[in-house]
Amino acid sequence: MTVQSAWFWAIGRIDLHSFAFVRAWEDPSLDKMIAAGAASLVVLGAIAVFAIITKLRKWRYLWQDWFTSVDHKKIGIMYVILSGIMLTRAVIEAVLMRMQQAVAVNQPGIVAPEHFGELFSTHGSIMIFFMAMPFLTGIINYVMPLQIVARDVAFPTLNSISLGLTVSGAVLLMISLVVGKFSTGGWSGYPPYTEMAFNSGVGPDYWIWAVTLSSIGSTMTGLNFAVTIYKSRAPGMHLFRMPLFCWTALCTSILMIFAMPPLTVATLMLALDRYLDFHLFTTDLGGNMMNYANLFWLFGHPEVYILILPAFGVYSEVISTFSAKRLYAYRTLVYATMVIAVLSFTVWLHHFFTMGQNANINGFFGIATMCVGIPTGVKVYDWILTMYRGRVRFTVPMLYAIAFLVTFVIGGMTGIILATPPLDYVVHNTLFLVAHFHNMLIPGLLYGMLAGYQFWFPKAFGFRLDETWGRISFACWVVGFYLAFMPLYVLGAMGMPRRMAGVFQGEYLPWLIIACIGAFILLAALGALFVQLVISIRRREKTRVPAGDPWDGRSLEWAISSPPPEYNFAVIPCVEDRDPFALRKEQGRAYQPPHAYEDIEMPKNSVLGPVLCIVGAAAGFALVWHIWWLAILSFLGILAAVIVSSFSRDTHRVIPASEVARTHEHWLRTVAEARAIPRELETRSANEGLAESAV
Amino acid sequence: MSADELKHAGLNLQEADPLTHEKAGEAIFGFWVFLMSDAVVFALLFATYGVMLRGTAGGPVPHEVYEIKSAFIETLILLSSSFTFGLASLAMKYEHKRHQLELWLGVTLLLGFAFIGWEIHDFVSMAAKGEVPSRSGYLSGFYALVPMHMLHVTIGCVWGMVMLVQIRKFGLDPMVKINVMRLSLFWHFLDIIWIGIFSVVYLQGLA
Amino acid sequence: MTAGMASKARLFAMAMVAGLLTGCAASPSFLQAAGPVAAEQRHLFWLVIAALMVVVLPVFIGLPLVLWRYRRGNDKARYDPKWDWNPRLEFVIWGVPVLIVVLLGIQLWHSTQTLDPYKRLDGNGTITVQAVGLDWKWLFIYPDQHIATVNRLVIPAGRPVHIDLTSDTVMQSLFIPRLGGQIYAMAGMRTQLNLKADRPGSYFGENTQYNGEGFHKQNFRTLAVTDAAFDGWVKRVKASGSPLNEARYRTLAKKSVPDAPMEFSAVPEGLFARIIAKYMQPERRGKEGGQ
Repeated sequence: MTVQSAWFWAIGRIDLHSFAFVRAWEDPSLDKMIAAGAASLVVLGAIAVFAIITKLRKWRYLWQDWFTSVDHKKIGIMYVILSGIMLTRAVIEAVLMRMQQAVAVNQPGIVAPEHFGELFSTHGSIMIFFMAMPFLTGIINYVMPLQIVARDVAFPTLNSISLGLTVSGAVLLMISLVVGKFSTGGWSGYPPYTEMAFNSGVGPDYWIWAVTLSSIGSTMTGLNFAVTIYKSRAPGMHLFRMPLFCWTALCTSILMIFAMPPLTVATLMLALDRYLDFHLFTTDLGGNMMNYANLFWLFGHPEVYILILPAFGVYSEVISTFSAKRLYAYRTLVYATMVIAVLSFTVWLHHFFTMGQNANINGFFGIATMCVGIPTGVKVYDWILTMYRGRVRFTVPMLYAIAFLVTFVIGGMTGIILATPPLDYVVHNTLFLVAHFHNMLIPGLLYGMLAGYQFWFPKAFGFRLDETWGRISFACWVVGFYLAFMPLYVLGAMGMPRRMAGVFQGEYLPWLIIACIGAFILLAALGALFVQLVISIRRREKTRVPAGDPWDGRSLEWAISSPPPEYNFAVIPCVEDRDPFALRKEQGRAYQPPHAYEDIEMPKNSVLGPVLCIVGAAAGFALVWHIWWLAILSFLGILAAVIVSSFSRDTHRVIPASEVARTHEHWLRTVAEARAIPRELETRSANEGLAESAV
Repeated sequence: MSADELKHAGLNLQEADPLTHEKAGEAIFGFWVFLMSDAVVFALLFATYGVMLRGTAGGPVPHEVYEIKSAFIETLILLSSSFTFGLASLAMKYEHKRHQLELWLGVTLLLGFAFIGWEIHDFVSMAAKGEVPSRSGYLSGFYALVPMHMLHVTIGCVWGMVMLVQIRKFGLDPMVKINVMRLSLFWHFLDIIWIGIFSVVYLQGLA
Repeated sequence: MTAGMASKARLFAMAMVAGLLTGCAASPSFLQAAGPVAAEQRHLFWLVIAALMVVVLPVFIGLPLVLWRYRRGNDKARYDPKWDWNPRLEFVIWGVPVLIVVLLGIQLWHSTQTLDPYKRLDGNGTITVQAVGLDWKWLFIYPDQHIATVNRLVIPAGRPVHIDLTSDTVMQSLFIPRLGGQIYAMAGMRTQLNLKADRPGSYFGENTQYNGEGFHKQNFRTLAVTDAAFDGWVKRVKASGSPLNEARYRTLAKKSVPDAPMEFSAVPEGLFARIIAKYMQPERRGKEGGQ
């Protein structure tokens, strides 16, 4: 064995030039310095986090109370934290891209073309797989079991494993900033560009394994949520009594079960091409790249609704709560949600109208796509009619809902334009398309999740978020969005393609500058969101809502303490209405002590999730860099971990009835001592989480 | 809810073991959902195989590659293993005699290993003739589909061995019973997939 | 607050439309159509937007009104927390979008057929061009004239242009916004695009499908000229004495961004077909595979 082959055996394809720092040392250009700066942020950030945890001696606490926890509430919170971290990175990347295009008019700009390719690829991959998916998964995780009055999800350990796999994918993406380079093939990773023949580096491999890990995690999440909703509802909680958020969670879960496998199949087959010299999507020897496009969008389009439906659920809850009124046309909203879910599988081809199939096929998929507009439009009207004859309060979550309604309608309109094949031919692959999908996903996902975050934060942590900074952040998200993306519609219609590292048309410049300003305002919005969090934590003593119902809520998650106990409900109530908590408050029986308490059996912590997270990330890293011994070891590790844990029989512990009674009665006393407040005071410190009955 | 009620599709324990039966509803339903998702994977691999069928790139074509005898014997082995797993399930439900369950599960696994062995032999002899995935898109489609099924059978065999050990260690406790029921669903599912492979890949290829 | 926001949204919408009308004057936009295909697409664009206003405007107008009237604190407005269903209203809010989609759907089906990029355009003297996507340039072969160009497409104005597309690398997409829509170019396959320029002029063309570092530089000029000028140009190119042979093509196919457009006085017969066929034949590997 030569030195070189021994070296390869040990560390695979890694060499000195794999490190961003070395590349910057050798060529200290602005582009390389930006890359090295990003790498140092990752490294320093990781070191700082480790140091702080060690200094505060919090490792044991984190391990026992968080990492190994299978409590759906904690897992939900960890998902949202992951999403926040990844959102930060992806927004910064967005700003860099907008800066590049604004300054690179007939000039080189600030980043090299290849780096620009990495930026749009990571931005897209992160926003979809590591911002949006964890955000909605986190919020569903936290809220859905509370709303259907379950003690936990159906498979708590599996839930922790899903989180672990998602985190390991995110870790790979972060490592790619320091070691190696990421793919330049965009978030959709289209071959043949991502094939070995055209991109032999590690970039596409990073993309493949990060996405595959998250995809498998999401499949399991969908399974878990769907089974929970079907099997773990409280007595009396018929499907048609579920809060609308649970319906959207159910439809999203079903979509995950059916739509994530196509992604896994597509990425793994791409991996077969790259690793084992298969010819599935290659240009030569009978490969067929069009098959990839079909597989990818067979996932990709339902994915859009996976992302948007939970936000629809949040808006339904928020609008009904802050209009102090029953949701208008509940059944219609449920059916519309299901119709959207079904139709989402019939439209994937509209992502490649320009691939040269015949006009009948394009026409069919165009009309199918338009049909999605019907139930979506109906929903918008139903929400407006929910406010009609209500008493609307303009709190932060409600503001997001209103901004959503206006903005989303514009996005829907441009969606119909893109759904019309002859129009798609002239705006496809341009910034018009980029503007459109941001126009759908920013209001249709981000605003929704932020509304949910503001809405349920007091439930999760027992204190409210700061209202003023919430409004500042909201204003920035909205203004920033319009400034950043309306110009892109214009630029797209002016024929500017997406993914341009440089621009040679002077007349694009004014629009690019406006868009760049918009991007900075969006960055400020994110900053304001973090300021809000810090300020709220500092002032938490003044904003506590221990009684648990800060917004005069209507569904049962508001009927328990904030934060809720581990087992959620001391006694599982029987559900008798669609707005059960509102009904009880009306009848004056919201806080009655139960007749008797029972022992509660809860799942014990499991190390399987964090172990698979570490081993999964190791496997991904090893595969990216061709470190075969580590890859084999990791796969054996996964197998061993699963088998060993299947031998565990000590998986549950019992919380005695006396302890449940003590906790619950303590809370009931808190409620009795709290002052019920009218809605005018809900954003003041007088709000202890007890609503004044009637209006 | 009473024990005689069906809790999930497939073999129910019912009054043979009401306690486990009660718990099985959620666990088995969850596994059905997983199988649904896995079925999507196979559906797409079948579709891909169909798409790639024409991409022979001047290389071997299906009827030169496949041997009906081999595929038929594999089919017989796998179908018999499903039958023996059925006997194992019934032994678990009614007999409560551990050794009967162990015996039939053991026979099933042996058949599973025989199937895997036979298939590996097939692949090796194909490779010796130069029929490897790097040769053409069609062969890539074949090697994406059929070995994926074999990988599933392998996982099923490992799972079965773990179950045999657990039956020894824990006896027929609810977890073991539920997992045997899941494994049986998995095993029958793979049988159905194989019937698809036999008809779509082998029979169609040789027709 | 909210009314202000809605009006802000309207302001932006207006700014957007204004931008479309004015800002595109000098840009390669289909809204500045220079050919019949793009002109019809522009017409369709405004038609669809106008039709959608029926659904969109009620939201833009109704939402602020509802928010203002039913704001908390306005005790004059009726409060009916249990009101959650009105069948007639429900019929309308389903009916109107359904009607719009039916009408738009009919329009869509019709326009997809008439504006099918594969459909030959009316007119005499169709000129055929074979476009080959390379990293990062376009090669245009004129099979009937036996000449070729790189990054310059010269066409006679007023005559239909039929373009056959393929790629000798990753997927690309050929787009000349002022003449009409785009179609992908893929290795081993032939796709088609039919365009026409109404009048002489210089129109921007580009690749819109990302294909690496030089992607943003992969653009070209489409020169629509009079018939006479076209014939003159063909003659001039033929006389220029720089043929495209196989060796030259191999150099050309390598990754690069040419400094200036190129012209070739001759092209090997069947080059386009060979570029496609190259990906269909097993010449690279696996010689032992039997027939």
